[in-house]
Amino acid sequence: MTLLAVERIKLFSTRSPYWCSALALVLGVGLTAIIAASTDNGQLTLGVTQFGSSQLALSVVLVMAALAVTTEYRFSTIRATFLAVPNRTSALLAKTVVVAFIAGVLGEIIAFGSVGIAKVLSPASDLAINTSGEWRHVAGVGLLYGIGAILAIAVGILVRQTAGAVAILLVWNMLLEQLIGIIPKAGVKIQAWLPFMNANHFLQLGGDNAAEQAGAGIDFKLSQWGSLGYFAGVAVALLVVALIVAKRRDA
Amino acid sequence: MIEAIGLTKRYGRTVAVDDLSFTVQPGRVTGFLGPNGAGKSTTMRMILGLDRPTAGRVLIDGKPYTELNRPLQTVGALLDAKWVHPNRSARAHLRWLAKSNNLPGNRVDQVLEAVGLTQVAGKNAGGFSLGMSQRLGIAAALLGDPKVLLFDEPVNGLDPEGILWIRTFMQNLAAEGRTVLVSSHLLSEMAVTASELIVIGRGKLITQSSTQEFIDSATGNTVLVRSPQLFKLGPLLVDKGFTVRDGADGSFSVSGATSDQIGDIAAANGVVLHELSPQRGSLEEAFMQLTGDAVEYHAEIGK
Repeated sequence: MTLLAVERIKLFSTRSPYWCSALALVLGVGLTAIIAASTDNGQLTLGVTQFGSSQLALSVVLVMAALAVTTEYRFSTIRATFLAVPNRTSALLAKTVVVAFIAGVLGEIIAFGSVGIAKVLSPASDLAINTSGEWRHVAGVGLLYGIGAILAIAVGILVRQTAGAVAILLVWNMLLEQLIGIIPKAGVKIQAWLPFMNANHFLQLGGDNAAEQAGAGIDFKLSQWGSLGYFAGVAVALLVVALIVAKRRDA
Repeated sequence: MIEAIGLTKRYGRTVAVDDLSFTVQPGRVTGFLGPNGAGKSTTMRMILGLDRPTAGRVLIDGKPYTELNRPLQTVGALLDAKWVHPNRSARAHLRWLAKSNNLPGNRVDQVLEAVGLTQVAGKNAGGFSLGMSQRLGIAAALLGDPKVLLFDEPVNGLDPEGILWIRTFMQNLAAEGRTVLVSSHLLSEMAVTASELIVIGRGKLITQSSTQEFIDSATGNTVLVRSPQLFKLGPLLVDKGFTVRDGADGSFSVSGATSDQIGDIAAANGVVLHELSPQRGSLEEAFMQLTGDAVEYHAEIGK
């Protein structure tokens, strides 16, 4: 508990988490607002309210989580941390828990905020959240952010540099996994096992507009919750590697 | 007490610290002296468990740093004053450190007061001058009221007032019975700050002794003699078996003799003396003599 409090103080005594959260909120909710404003009243579906949160805002949250570690390396406060808490694994785990929790809460705010703004701008559309699939589609964003944050922190610990970690995360999430689909035949099969593709699969809302959503056309071998578990598994595996490396490495 | 036993650190084929053994006793300031690149900082990082020794170990009150429970209460360290987030306030920096070792919140205000930073506690550490950053670093080191303190080059780049303040501060800490290890490449600074010296060069221990012993053993005592009749005095001194060297503007540097002896000889032979002053060996000379061939980066002087 003490270490969680330490990481909370550290995170909230600098400005970057506030800026990143605000940016994620503006991008996520803002994109939904633009879509809602440009769609005929009554035509808006729940499936399009999470474009902003699951794509654009997710990237910002990944950056925020990576920054939580890389700035510590940049300013060597990680050394001050390891002096105060020589058990590096618990210090870094505490950071991961705090950042992942904040990312999760932020995800819920952005997801439900997006639905809210869509309702305001397009009151005639049916945006009610009724089925379990619809709940998963909206509320699941928080889980995605939390797991994404774990993955981003792992990358941050391994790379240690802000520029490198951010580049890896953004290219991976926004470019690489999509580009692999270009490979004839095998591409789509590989995509079924890529972590961010599985994350998107988890959010997918079945029914009419399935084709509009990210990850459409990929034959996933896992159930939607299975995909989330897979995404979480990759994130945790990467974190374990990062923790082992951090423990052995000279700080 | 700090105890290093066969401490070794290799980076690939480079040996940064080579089989280093020493002890640092409480109650006095121990200087950790060596030229740049001698391995002082690496040794300090190994003492603090930041770097993993290739071989050997180092114990603080009998335990490795990483096994200390709430380490800030045992060891306070200032390795680099810039180890702060520039956009975090001085108080917030100390607050998370205090929290990490379950220290009461009012310790933060106490140490801020002790180093004179109360006025600027709410300001971001990134805007601090070097002197203020050093004070913040010292505040962090004092947070847990530790028995052992380590400072790496604490006076580097400070103005005379800051240097005096840190020197007095360290001596007071030692006088309270704490173990104080301070590294420096500034010999003159160590001569007035430390009473015990650990001297290293190229990662190897050169000597561990008291500062006085170190100077005495390394430089023979010499006496400066100025006189209009040096031509007369010189041969007399040489006859007595003393070594006489020509100095600047008509002076002699005599080694092996005390000023009393030289004065007596001069009086007995009616030689006029203008100056007769014992020269205490400087720490610089002692240091150069001992580490002459252990400097990592040589530069030819006056070539």
